[in-house]
Amino acid sequence: MTTTTWERFKDSSFYWGFRRDKVAVASLAVLCVFVAASFLAPLIAPYNPYDPTQIDLMNSEIPPVWIAEGDERFLLGTDGQGRDLLSTILYGTRISLTIGICAVILQAILGVSIGLVAGYRGGRLDNFLMRVADIQLSFSTLMVAIIVLAVFQGLFGAELYERLAILMLILVIGIAEWPQYARTVRASVLAEKKKEYVDAVRVIGLGPMRIMFRHILPNTLSPLLVISTLQIANAIVTEAALSFLGLGMPITKPSLGSLINSGFEFILSGVWWITIIPGVVLIILVLVMNLLGDFMRDVLNPKLYKE
Amino acid sequence: MPLLEVKNLEVKFAMRRGDLTALRDVSFSIDKGERLGIVGESGAGKSVVAYSILNLISKPGYISGGQILFQGKDLSKLSPEEMRAIRGDGISMIFQDPMMTLNPVLTIGTQMVEALHAHREISDQRARAIAIEKLVQVHIPSAATRFAQYPHELSGGMRQRIVIATALLTDPLLIIADEPTTALDVTIQAEIIELLLELCESSDVGLILITHDLSVVGQVTQRVLVMYAGRIVEEGLTHGIIRNPRHPYTQGLIGALPQQTVPGGRLNQIRGVMPSLANTPSGCAFHPRCPHVTDICESVMPEYSIFDRSRVACHWVKDQLGDVGEQKINETPAP
Amino acid sequence: MFAFLVKRVIQAIIVMLVISVIAFSIQDNLGDPLRELVGQSVSEAERQKLRNKLGLNDPFLVQYWRFLKKALHGDLGTSYFFKRPAVEVILNKLPATLELVFGATIIIVVFSVPTGVFTAIYPKHWLSRFAMAVSIVGISIPVFLTAIMLIYVFAVQLGWLPSFGRGDTVSVYGWSTGFLTKDGLVHLILPCIALSSIILPLFIRLIRAEMLEVLESEYVKFAWAKGLSRRRIWFLHALKNTLLPVITVGGVQIGTLIAYTILTETVFQWPGMGFLFLEAVNRVDTPLIIAYLIVVGLIFVITNTVVDLIYGLVNPTVKLARPHGGGE
Repeated sequence: MTTTTWERFKDSSFYWGFRRDKVAVASLAVLCVFVAASFLAPLIAPYNPYDPTQIDLMNSEIPPVWIAEGDERFLLGTDGQGRDLLSTILYGTRISLTIGICAVILQAILGVSIGLVAGYRGGRLDNFLMRVADIQLSFSTLMVAIIVLAVFQGLFGAELYERLAILMLILVIGIAEWPQYARTVRASVLAEKKKEYVDAVRVIGLGPMRIMFRHILPNTLSPLLVISTLQIANAIVTEAALSFLGLGMPITKPSLGSLINSGFEFILSGVWWITIIPGVVLIILVLVMNLLGDFMRDVLNPKLYKE
Repeated sequence: MPLLEVKNLEVKFAMRRGDLTALRDVSFSIDKGERLGIVGESGAGKSVVAYSILNLISKPGYISGGQILFQGKDLSKLSPEEMRAIRGDGISMIFQDPMMTLNPVLTIGTQMVEALHAHREISDQRARAIAIEKLVQVHIPSAATRFAQYPHELSGGMRQRIVIATALLTDPLLIIADEPTTALDVTIQAEIIELLLELCESSDVGLILITHDLSVVGQVTQRVLVMYAGRIVEEGLTHGIIRNPRHPYTQGLIGALPQQTVPGGRLNQIRGVMPSLANTPSGCAFHPRCPHVTDICESVMPEYSIFDRSRVACHWVKDQLGDVGEQKINETPAP
Repeated sequence: MFAFLVKRVIQAIIVMLVISVIAFSIQDNLGDPLRELVGQSVSEAERQKLRNKLGLNDPFLVQYWRFLKKALHGDLGTSYFFKRPAVEVILNKLPATLELVFGATIIIVVFSVPTGVFTAIYPKHWLSRFAMAVSIVGISIPVFLTAIMLIYVFAVQLGWLPSFGRGDTVSVYGWSTGFLTKDGLVHLILPCIALSSIILPLFIRLIRAEMLEVLESEYVKFAWAKGLSRRRIWFLHALKNTLLPVITVGGVQIGTLIAYTILTETVFQWPGMGFLFLEAVNRVDTPLIIAYLIVVGLIFVITNTVVDLIYGLVNPTVKLARPHGGGE
């Protein structure tokens, strides 16, 4: 009569600490609402912002419904092209989240593999890989992304670039950040390597790949969980910055960053909602992820990851 | 008047789910120039006693009862400034790992001289001279050149000597040494122990030596306290305890010494582990691991059976003394 | 010391070479210099002749070598847009960016150290809790959003501070500075605050975390046991150990700071290198793009080397000099 994994989880101090920390619970709730709302966008958005037939230039720059000239049809107002802001934000959040999560999955796959190999093999391979990681870490992801995307935009031209934008963003952010995962995993591997079960399993004759992936990796999950939340938050911010600069998602398929960019020109004339409302959405999204990441770090307390 | 008198010391840790008792009813005294050992496994509370004396227990620990009388003054009731004056002056403390005890980014000289400046109005020159004097006393070669060096440039044994020298700078009346040899190589351990013995005998400085290593205790101390789960379970003259331990726990500790094992035989271990603060057993805390456990041990905490120069807290021992009642056994000091 | 310095300088040179190769490859593939020089109606044969004359059909390494030689003489090509040497255009805007970075750095250093130390020593104080709450919110707001919101609140709504540009600047030995005029200073306020807005909370949290760990260390306990004053323990024993890793992180953050100048300058229309770079990207002004890369790479490499040196000097466990006498 063994307890199920779910029952053991509910009993753990992690879950206990979580339920008592109101901030963590609230953050998770808000995050779930955002994720659900954005992925259900096609179902719940009042309009489809990508459909040109639904957009009327006459509707542009209408303020949110709680201000005098607001219109009930557009709860959060409209942008410079007449698109409903609420719908555009829902779709935009979906894009931001997609890029963030996919980029982090890429980082994780790359980084974890490299970290496992480096930590397990050790020696010169390890030295070399970590040197590369160090150098890459000292180059700011944002800078590298700006340069790469700028060059590709120049090479491909605007139209082709628009179609490849999501893929490019995922690739660039994914490849630029693998060192974070690699270093974390490697530190865990080095610690686990010293433990007896590794020798036991090696004596049995299991090959290195099997040892690394099926035995060591599960024990390194806890720090990985911590940095994943924070890395997703970072990826979303990086993508927003790139889109804001015009190097990310185009205005025809905007993410939160592109929306903020499109509204910026209006802010001096008092039309604030096109920039501020997506901005607030972005801030809340990133904030709850940071809060959750902080909470997990405090509870799981991996001393390996301190930044 | 004894130099230090600890009376019914109680220390608790304030946790979210309630307070846990780390030390209960700890009482002992130490005279001028006397050398006392405190032994027990990790978690017994030995270090907590040491930190309590100097009021250095890290949060969430706090002194919840009792008195700590140093030359008649209760240290637990002093203001922070008064306590600061005693630390490093009347009572010095040295810790386990000299690599961690010395600040890696400051020179040896800085770390020694500041200990003097904190308690005496003297010139830099005079402070330096005293420091060199002490370094010589602990047999450090080329004492003057050490001043400009950093801890990582020196070996473990040298570092511990420097720590001891630092503790002696103000000519304290009492030194508390918390596991001073545990982090050192075996050969260096012997040198440090000899050094401590020599210093205490020549300067008449009192010593409280905390360790889990009974052989160290045997070489240095005159009396010893045995602690278990926050309580003193046995106390007596060192040679008496080692030759004739009364408490089952002490017997277990002595029996577990490699010297006691018949060559080729199994090492004697006390089965079980020291309970954590949150899981202290009822009655006598040792009862789950005790080979002589009886019914009463589970429910009633044993009181001390007091002898001439020693005491034990154990139901079984009390039973052994039996109907004869408490005996005052005359114990002569070691030759 | 000398060996250390030499090692670092060689590393710096290698990195610069790598950057130059990357920059040159970009130049080679991006944009067509011919397009800027001649019109559309020139025949293909003429174009090929011109390419040969300009050496554009030579092998990669030859072209690279030419590029490197010219670069070492300070010639990185002519901006298509400005029709002036790219290096000149960039260096013209350098003071604006550097002053922005300088202002932000001052804000970061002046505020992060005391706050970090205070929140570590008194973690339960209401000020500490407040500072930590503000910090985590600050980290979550991207730089460009902070900039926009600052503009909206202080320039648009309250009208207290200007929303764009550098204001009046004074030229000192060829360096145009905004620090010497009241107008210039006023224009510096919002952009510097915006630029520092993510890195400042980062440092506060970092210093606090380091300090908390250091305060639990054995040597700090020993310092208490010696009876030293609180001041000395906090500000000598603890602080020095706390700041060492912070210096290392600071070095890495410089790269991020430079990237953020692009964002900040764009929002505030600050006439610095970052804004220039973005415009160059939009116009595909290749010489200017790579000139920016080289200059920024150089700044990055120099500051990192300097930070490494400072760290080596300040941290006695890093063997810079010949080792003193050994152990026993």
